[in-house]
Amino acid sequence: MIDNRNSTDALHEEQGSQDTLVKVNGISKKFCRSLKRSLWYGVKDVSSDLVGGRKHDELRKDEFWALRNVSFELKRGECLGLVGHNGAGKSTLLKMLNGLIKPDQGRIEMHGRIGALIELGTGFNPILSGRENIYNNAAVLGFSKEEVDAKFDEILEFSEIGEFIDSPVQNYSSGMKVRLGFAVASQLDPDVLIIDEVLAVGDVGFRSKCYERISELLNNCCVILVTHSMPQISKLCNRVILMRKGNIVEVGETGKIIEAYYELNDVVANQKIIFDKFIRFNSIQLEKNTLSSREEDFKIDLEVVSEINSNEIAIDLVFMNRELTPIAQINSKFLKQEISISQGLNRLSIIISELNLNVGLYKLSCNIFNTSTGQQLMWIQDIAEIKVTGDFVGHCPFLLQGTISEIDT
Amino acid sequence: MLDGRFLAWRLFIRNVRSQYRQSVLGILWAFLPPLVTALVWVFLKQQSVFAVAETPVPYPVFVLTGTILWQVFLDGLNIPLRVFTQSKSMLTKINFPREALILASIYEVMFNLLVKFVLLIGIYAWFAVLPTVYVLFGILGVIMLALLGTSISLLLTPLALLYGDIKRAILISTQFLFFLTPIIYPVPKEGAAKILAQINPIAHLLTPSRDWLTTGDTLAVDTFMITSVFTLIALICGMILYRIALPHLVERMGS
Repeated sequence: MIDNRNSTDALHEEQGSQDTLVKVNGISKKFCRSLKRSLWYGVKDVSSDLVGGRKHDELRKDEFWALRNVSFELKRGECLGLVGHNGAGKSTLLKMLNGLIKPDQGRIEMHGRIGALIELGTGFNPILSGRENIYNNAAVLGFSKEEVDAKFDEILEFSEIGEFIDSPVQNYSSGMKVRLGFAVASQLDPDVLIIDEVLAVGDVGFRSKCYERISELLNNCCVILVTHSMPQISKLCNRVILMRKGNIVEVGETGKIIEAYYELNDVVANQKIIFDKFIRFNSIQLEKNTLSSREEDFKIDLEVVSEINSNEIAIDLVFMNRELTPIAQINSKFLKQEISISQGLNRLSIIISELNLNVGLYKLSCNIFNTSTGQQLMWIQDIAEIKVTGDFVGHCPFLLQGTISEIDT
Repeated sequence: MLDGRFLAWRLFIRNVRSQYRQSVLGILWAFLPPLVTALVWVFLKQQSVFAVAETPVPYPVFVLTGTILWQVFLDGLNIPLRVFTQSKSMLTKINFPREALILASIYEVMFNLLVKFVLLIGIYAWFAVLPTVYVLFGILGVIMLALLGTSISLLLTPLALLYGDIKRAILISTQFLFFLTPIIYPVPKEGAAKILAQINPIAHLLTPSRDWLTTGDTLAVDTFMITSVFTLIALICGMILYRIALPHLVERMGS
C-alpha cells in the first residue's frame, strides 16, 4: 500500500512541476486508550493479518479514531503545513506517510524517495566516535556506503564538528549532536520530505543554515511540515491543513489557516504567582482579549493590594510569545513615570498607545519593583493571555509602523 | 533483504564495537561464559559430586564442546531479541528496511560463533583431539543450532516486543533446558530423560554436532536432517511473521 523507497528513479526523469508525489485518500487510524488492551489488539491484528482475516472497521472497546477520513494531494515544489493542537493526529499522519504504520482504512500513494526528518541522530551510539556515527546514521537513513564515502566531507563541514569528529559522541554537547544529526539528514535528496519540528533546535546560526538547506531541497521535492510554530509555517508553507481531534478542519492558504488555528484557541490565563511578599495581585482587566495587529490605545487595568507605602515604584508588563520568549514590554521607568502605592487596594491603569503584534497568542507577565533599591515586590507570570488576529501573518513577533515607498529619481 | 545489507553491516559493527569498546578484557568476554560453566562441571565431576555415563571423548572435551554449542544456540535465541528491543526507538521513527535488523543479528550470532570456534580449536589442541573430516558436518550442525535459536527468536518476536513476560520466560526456561538437554551428560539410554531428549530439537542438533566435532561418528544423522529441515522452515516462517507483524508492533510500541 505504501510505496516507499522502491520507485526511486521512477519520477526523477519527469521533473515537471505538476507531478503529484503524494496522494492520500480517506485514511483513518484507530488507537486504543488502554495499554493492556492495545497490546492484546496488537496480537489479534497480527494474527488476523496472518490468516488474512477480516479487518475491523468498527471501533472495539476503548478505541478511538486518532485520524478520520483524511485526504489530500501534494505536488512537487509544494510545501504543506500540518497544524493543530496536541492530539490532533498530526504525528500519526506523519508516521503513516513515512510508512511506519499502516492506515486502518484508505490508501496512501507515494512516489519517489522519501526522506523523514522526524528525529535527528537516530542510531547514534554514545560510545562510538562521530565518524562512526555518521556512517551508522546515514545507513539508517538509507544511504549506501559509496554515497556516505562521497558525501562524508560535506557532512563534516556542514556539521561544524571539526577535530572532534573522532571523539565519542557522548562527549559532544547537545548542540553538536543535533548539528551532526542534521548534517547527515540534510544530505538526503528526497522527492518527499517529511519534517516534524526538528528545526526548533540548535543555535541561531545553525538554524538559519537548516532553513537554507530546506529551501534548497524544496526546489526539487515536496515537503510536509508539522510544527507548532506559526512563523515557521508562514515562512515555508504555501498550503496548510488545520487538524482537530483526528479530522481535517480546514485546508487552504497559509494566512487564512493560521487565523483559523488561533480561532480554535481559547485564551485562558493561568496566573502563577512567583513572588508577592509585599504587594499582592488582585485582578487584571483587559479592554479586550482579541486584538488586531494595529491596536491603538490598548487599555489594561490592574488592581493590587499593597502592604507598604512607597512612591518609588516601577511597573513592568511583558508580552511573551508561545515559547515564553519576551518580545515586548511596557515599563514605567522607561516612560519616566513615577508610580506611588499606598497600603490597601491600588488601582493602576496601563495604556499602550501602539501595539503591532503579529498574529498569534501571547502571554503577559507583570513585575513590580522598587526603583531605588531594585527590590522585587511582586512578580506574576501568565497574568493574562491575548490573541491577535488579522489577515497579515508575518514571521516576526513584532511589526513595525512606518512607510516604505519608491524614491522618485 | 538485499536493500539493507549496508545498514545491517553498520548495525552489526556498531553493536559489537560498542559492546567491547568500554571494556578492558574486550573480546575475552565472548570466551569466558562457556569456559567457566564447563570448568565448573569438570571440577564437580572430578570431585565425584555426580556421575555420568562414560563419554566417547575425555569429559572436559565433551562438556566444553557441549557448553560452547549451547552458547551458540543461546546467542541465536537472545541476540535477535536484544537487537529488536534496542532498536525500538529507531523502528518507531525511521522507515528503514526492517530485515536489516534480522541480518544484523545473524551477523552478530555468526561473529560470536567464529570466536567460539577459535576457543574450540584451542581446547582440541590442548587435549590433543584429532578432528576428522566430519568436522565439516559439525560446522554445519553448529550453524543449524544458531539458526534454530534465531528462528525461535523470530517466532517469539511479536509477543516479546509487546509483552515483557516473554523475556523473563526465556530466561527461566533456558536455565531448565540447559539441564534437560544432554550437554553435561551423554544422551540417556532409558527412562524419562531419554524421552525428554527425544522430543528436544536442541538435542537432535547438539548431540550429532558434538559427535562430528569430536569423534566424527554419530548415530543420529536422520533426526539431525529432519530437525534441520524443520529449523529452516521455522526460520522462513519467522521472517514472514516478522515482516507482517512489525507495522502492528511499531504502532503499539509508541514512540
